[in-house]
Amino acid sequence: MEAKTKDLWVFVETNEDGTAKNVGIELLTPGKMMAGKQGGQLVAVVIGSGVDEAVKAANEHGADKIIVVDGPEFKHYTTDAYAIALVSLVEKYGPTSMMIGATNNGRDLGPRVSCRLNTGLTADCTALDVDEETGNVAWTRPAFGGNLMATIICPNHRPQIGTVRPGVFKKSDAVEGKAEIVKEDIHVAEEQIRTQVLEIIKEMDSENVDLEGAEIIVSGGRGVGGPEGFEPIKALAKELGATVGASRAAVDAGWIAHAHQVGQTGKTVGPKLYIACGISGAIQHIAGMSSSDVVVAINKDPDAPIFDVADYGVVGNLFEVLPVLTEEIKKARG
Amino acid sequence: MNFHFNEEEQEILDMLHDFCLKEVAPKAAEVDENERFPEETWHKLADMGMMGVPFAEEYGGAGLTYLNYIGICEELAKHCATTSVMVSAHTSLCCWPISQYGTEEQKQKYLSKLCTGEWLGAFGLTEPGAGTDAAMQKTIAEDKGDHWVLNGSKIFITNAGYANVFVVFAMTDKSLGTKGISAFIVEKDFPGFKVGSHEKKMGIRGSSTCELVFEDCIVPKENLLGELNKGFKVAMTTLDGGRIGIAAQALGIAQASIDECVKYTQERIQFGRRISQFQNTQFQLADMQAKVDAARLLVYRAAQAKQDHEPHSHLAAMAKLVASETASDVTRRTLQLTGGYGYTREYPFERMMRDAKITEIYEGTSEVQRMVISGWMGVK
Amino acid sequence: MNILVCVKQVPDTTEIKIDPVKNTLIREGVPSIVNPFDGYALEAAARIKDKNPDTKIVVVSMGPPQATAALKECLSIAADKAYLVSGRTFGGSDTLATSYILYNAVKKIEELEGKFDAIFCGKQAIDGDTAQVGPEIAEHLGYPQVTYGLEAELDGDMLKVKKEVEEGVEIIGVKFPCLVTFTKPAWDPRYPTVKRKLAANRAEIPVLGDDAFPDIDSSRIGLKGSPTNVKKTFVPQRKTGGVKIQESDGRASAQKLFELLSGASII
Repeated sequence: MEAKTKDLWVFVETNEDGTAKNVGIELLTPGKMMAGKQGGQLVAVVIGSGVDEAVKAANEHGADKIIVVDGPEFKHYTTDAYAIALVSLVEKYGPTSMMIGATNNGRDLGPRVSCRLNTGLTADCTALDVDEETGNVAWTRPAFGGNLMATIICPNHRPQIGTVRPGVFKKSDAVEGKAEIVKEDIHVAEEQIRTQVLEIIKEMDSENVDLEGAEIIVSGGRGVGGPEGFEPIKALAKELGATVGASRAAVDAGWIAHAHQVGQTGKTVGPKLYIACGISGAIQHIAGMSSSDVVVAINKDPDAPIFDVADYGVVGNLFEVLPVLTEEIKKARG
Repeated sequence: MNFHFNEEEQEILDMLHDFCLKEVAPKAAEVDENERFPEETWHKLADMGMMGVPFAEEYGGAGLTYLNYIGICEELAKHCATTSVMVSAHTSLCCWPISQYGTEEQKQKYLSKLCTGEWLGAFGLTEPGAGTDAAMQKTIAEDKGDHWVLNGSKIFITNAGYANVFVVFAMTDKSLGTKGISAFIVEKDFPGFKVGSHEKKMGIRGSSTCELVFEDCIVPKENLLGELNKGFKVAMTTLDGGRIGIAAQALGIAQASIDECVKYTQERIQFGRRISQFQNTQFQLADMQAKVDAARLLVYRAAQAKQDHEPHSHLAAMAKLVASETASDVTRRTLQLTGGYGYTREYPFERMMRDAKITEIYEGTSEVQRMVISGWMGVK
Repeated sequence: MNILVCVKQVPDTTEIKIDPVKNTLIREGVPSIVNPFDGYALEAAARIKDKNPDTKIVVVSMGPPQATAALKECLSIAADKAYLVSGRTFGGSDTLATSYILYNAVKKIEELEGKFDAIFCGKQAIDGDTAQVGPEIAEHLGYPQVTYGLEAELDGDMLKVKKEVEEGVEIIGVKFPCLVTFTKPAWDPRYPTVKRKLAANRAEIPVLGDDAFPDIDSSRIGLKGSPTNVKKTFVPQRKTGGVKIQESDGRASAQKLFELLSGASII
């Protein structure tokens, strides 16, 4: 389709409580720059149920305009309902570009929407730019398990769409919102939603494994030696309010659930602080955590490749280092 | 004269190699350390169709060549000798005599479950007083009309703790010596049969090696394997084949030890050089590889002869003699090259040295092989 | 039950090395494997077949003629039939064009094998990492989709899919026909069997080539039919200049680390 405007859209995914997922708000930061280069407005698209909080967040972090779709059928994410809503909005307004956070849901929705619109989609981007002359977004993303970066363009189809990795961009400081807010009345009939949630099983230990949204992650690898080896990691995570991650080796050994896995066959994360304990740093693991702001590595082997990406590398036994570190933090916080 | 694997045989070995890297090699040290029988590997190999490789498909076998089976024993031994002997004792010593001497009913009842790997097999010949002198059997089978009653015991029986079926030898006529021995198929649940204590061993420590005890053990009439009083021949021909499997095991251990040693010597720095740069290392490794390849030709020749139904008793004996002594020599030398590190359990060298030793002992000691070979030569 | 599993042959990315001088990927000598996630999809189909033996599993791959090896591997593990989609005009396709070609292939294979109740894919391929082709095939077919599946089982006229989500797992019910993409489950996929391996060696694998789809819109395939194209590729810069901490013991190292982190206001 042809673009009807030069606007750039950011799809703001919402939680079931109506708040925005971090990544949607993060994307407003590069979105501002990109919309400027494209000569259009930055539009946040918020879909969910009872989404006032999400709209407020988008407003305070730089959106020029916010399109809101609010209805009970959007409370729990479904591919069908969200694709119908988003496609009808795009068809109505005709943005030139659109960004979607590369969460599980975002990566479920993106290809469905782009295919229906017969346009190009670039997955899991970690860097963004705009060619001012053509308005083409340069979507840069890792491939080959992070060994190679590719910059993709979508020159002849609009809107050009990309999913963008959470944690790569930072939320801007909150300011007073001045966005124009447009409510769109879209309803999706029950029979149009062809999947149903039969059961929700939270993780057994009900601990938080939202790795993608985590600000701090403490991860364990082969070096922890067994399920009980995760205890000092969990203790440090608790003290820091962090999420526990793991390398593939630890997951494959059955020491911790796959939901904790960071890396190519697990989650891609971008926290402010990533503490890798007993993780050698296979390229697949590094691919999943290299966009972390600060990386701390603790490993017995001074030649472990994890030290190549670490800002702070401790050569030592994690079972000696972690308890002391946890204790020091506890002391400092009184 | 072609002892190469054809494309299909090689693909089966490649498939097993991938499996071993994921399932066998990572457990080898643990299986050794904890003296743990790798039962899960048995079931996985069964799922793959690796527990009845050289037998007909109508009995659940894979219908592959004997040479392919020997390649499989070698490949398994490269990663874990315990696993290799589990497969070869099952295949060579239990499946084979049933396939060779069994009645159609016995094959339907036992071979089909053994070849699919649903059941594990074992072989009971050795007794406390009848090792190399296998003719001195004390276990007795009495004919009670519609059944046999067995009394006695067997020792050092591989797979015993996990086997469902045993091929067992007993005297049916004491006055006839070796001509009074018969073979029987014994199920683990037969009344009066029990598996005794587990041996603690120097090597192949995960292998389940136990005593078998027969106390008025009732064996159905139809479980006589082969003809009455012809059991010694069953045992000897079975061992002729089994020895090729053990020779392949020795090859696998030796080759793996060399391969690991090459890696080690290319990393270890002494006097400012990789120790692989020293001529002593190079010559030692070259000698070892040449010896292993020579042994490999003997092993493959014996396998080919068995496959072609040619006389192979002496070929199997030569193959086992040379391959097992080569394995012991090679593993001792790689441990010397790897020094203190090689002596620790951080590395596989000491395990391989311990595992290699048994190949000179079981299924006929090296001395027995020399007896077979000199007998074939007519040296009296 | 008739299941189609889509597989891709990929370079084993764990074996890829970077040329330290030229700073480029070294692709020579890197073995080709079945994309691991596609292996999980095949295993999920095989598990359905374990419980419902009349299930037929067909695999399809789009790629060069060498991708036959990947299909043979699938046959030796669990698949009953395999098709290769391979043509010069298909080369250079992006995910949208690829999914359009595969959509045409699904229709063609259904003429030969009967309609598929479910299409299983890996969640993504480990070389491209896009996770787009599966959902795009679903969109072309107009089927509902479930992504990030861990396992699936039949339940009457519905497929119950255990789906991985951030907070744990959800059980999703979806009616046939549908498309499911799979991620890594807790168990390992089964190994090939000797019998299947021998049969796979002898299997004929039909090739759907350039002329297999007379009704395909040629403006939507290949490099020219792809909305996205690669402008450039480069090897990412690795971080350098990290601080190494190695004090006399673990306690001292931990204290040093704490000082540095709190000094830099990181914690």
